Amino acid sequence: MSTTEMTRSDLAAITLEEASAFIWREAELLDRQDYKAWLPLFTPEGLYVIPIEREAEDRAGELNIAYDDAEMRAMRVKRLKSGFSISSAPSARTVRTTSRFVLEEAPDGGVLVRCAQMLVEYKFERTRVIGADVTYHLVRTGEGLRMARKEILLLNSDDPLWGIGYLF
Amino acid sequence: MDMPTDMTRAHEDYASLVQDDRVHTSLYKDPAIFDEEMERIFKNTWVWVAHASEVPGRNTFKKSFVGKQPVIVTRDKEEKIHVLLNRCRHRAATVCEKKAGKTSVFVCPYHGWSYNLDGKLRSVPHASVYGEDFDKDEFPLVSLRTEQYNGMIFATFRDDIEPLEDFLGSAKKWIDLFMKQGAGYPVKTLGEHQFRFPGNWKIQLENTTDAYHFPIVHKTFLDSLDAETGNVFDVLGRGGWVEDLGHGHSVMVMMPELVDLEENLEAPIPERFADLAEELRGEGYSDHEVRRIVRAVGGGGFNLNLFPNVACSMAFFRVLRPVSVDETEIRHIAIGMDGGPEAGNRMRLRLHEHFQGPMGFGSPDDAEGWERVQRGSAAGDDLWILVNRGQAPIIGHAAGDHVTDVSAETGMRAAYQEWKRMMSA
Ligand code: FES
Ligand SMILES: [Fe+2]
Repeated sequence: MSTTEMTRSDLAAITLEEASAFIWREAELLDRQDYKAWLPLFTPEGLYVIPIEREAEDRAGELNIAYDDAEMRAMRVKRLKSGFSISSAPSARTVRTTSRFVLEEAPDGGVLVRCAQMLVEYKFERTRVIGADVTYHLVRTGEGLRMARKEILLLNSDDPLWGIGYLF
Repeated sequence: MDMPTDMTRAHEDYASLVQDDRVHTSLYKDPAIFDEEMERIFKNTWVWVAHASEVPGRNTFKKSFVGKQPVIVTRDKEEKIHVLLNRCRHRAATVCEKKAGKTSVFVCPYHGWSYNLDGKLRSVPHASVYGEDFDKDEFPLVSLRTEQYNGMIFATFRDDIEPLEDFLGSAKKWIDLFMKQGAGYPVKTLGEHQFRFPGNWKIQLENTTDAYHFPIVHKTFLDSLDAETGNVFDVLGRGGWVEDLGHGHSVMVMMPELVDLEENLEAPIPERFADLAEELRGEGYSDHEVRRIVRAVGGGGFNLNLFPNVACSMAFFRVLRPVSVDETEIRHIAIGMDGGPEAGNRMRLRLHEHFQGPMGFGSPDDAEGWERVQRGSAAGDDLWILVNRGQAPIIGHAAGDHVTDVSAETGMRAAYQEWKRMMSA
């Protein structure tokens, strides 16, 4: 294989198949709470955002449920896995499915994937369902696809939620 | 045979459920007590409904609650604040289902009666069928008595109770101190986290004045702080105190050095605020302004608990809403500087997100703890909840001879004595 071909394939557009495989793998990691394996799936500048406001204006200038850079994500994972947080030791169990993928090219050569997520959580004999619109900004790197941003807009983001001891 | 239901409980019975150092488990569990609380407490005192910045100009509104009753807080075209029951006078439909916004009229969606922001019934479609003697002035939206102190808006169903300022009493001084977080700018709300937990509202009320749980429940929050900040949050070890302020109110000081944010401005700027200070200097703020803003951004060092439903809690407003005997809604309202530097407000938002809300490093563990209280109270119907910690005042404390240890349950005792007074009145 020539160098030119390598470069071309590195920069090849991310396909629906690749994106969905990535997103499903990530979903499965999160349901298994394998958060250590989840952290490297972000780019170093990647953001993990769970907004409150329905219309995106300036997420950094608004209050969010979570607005995590790499440092906050690492601390969050440490907390959830520490065994000392009563809401996450254990947290509710979760099962999630992701579907209704819509791909759009991002200006940086990556893709924006807008998809629907249905998550069911269970704890204390109580089952709750949360729907969400999730937007992934995926980029191709030497190590495979990475998240430059994951934004989870919960269906009830601007209404009362409850203590959540796992990750979306 | 079962005892007759609690519907018939006499006033003296309520009094017997609250002793000086303990309260009865039924206070968390009995639906009849809950119903009485909604009548005797939430319809008989000042209840916090909004911060003035949530209705920021003419013709603005925001939805809220007084106890279980939905209300709309409005600022009319003369800038006067009103608190109106969100219930059409025709056949009871809510006239507003938007959380907040701007309007000059509420139009009931059912038959189109429309109301001004002061509650006045403006027009009725096809009015002639009502006949000549129908008088629109008889059917305004019900308006509650409304007063405010330093931006805190309260409402009450009672026209004959004391003015708000008398009700707040010695809590006013603490409200004034709390508002220094504006760093010279007016305080404004920046957004809110909302969550519910399956438990009684008084469990949350207690928590705001409970420093005892902090190092245990919030260990993972503390572990996420740098050493310097961790030291600031060593809430049991900094010489703090709890003080009964009367009327069920109390203050719990966890960080005495952060009581007055306009003092100690010459102290070194903590490491975690170094970047913010740099940014502010770059924007042209003077050294004094930078120090004042940075210190305010870090938040206050105390929780002021106002009976029955609001707290000025370190750096935010904590509002509770009883939903049912075993369901409570909580709002953690972030605050910042109105007109102050963006960078400072952004940092306040990130600090708020760090601890508060459904996925903060603190609130979910609080919520789990409170739920465990409710679950546990299913056992031992005849047992008592202990609030006897730290009854003896600390001798020779700088704050006075009446204050108790920072981890004392003094604030809970104060709230429960007010509960007792109101429930047996
Ligand atoms: S219920 Fe409001 S107009 Fe009829
Ligand atoms: Fe707490």
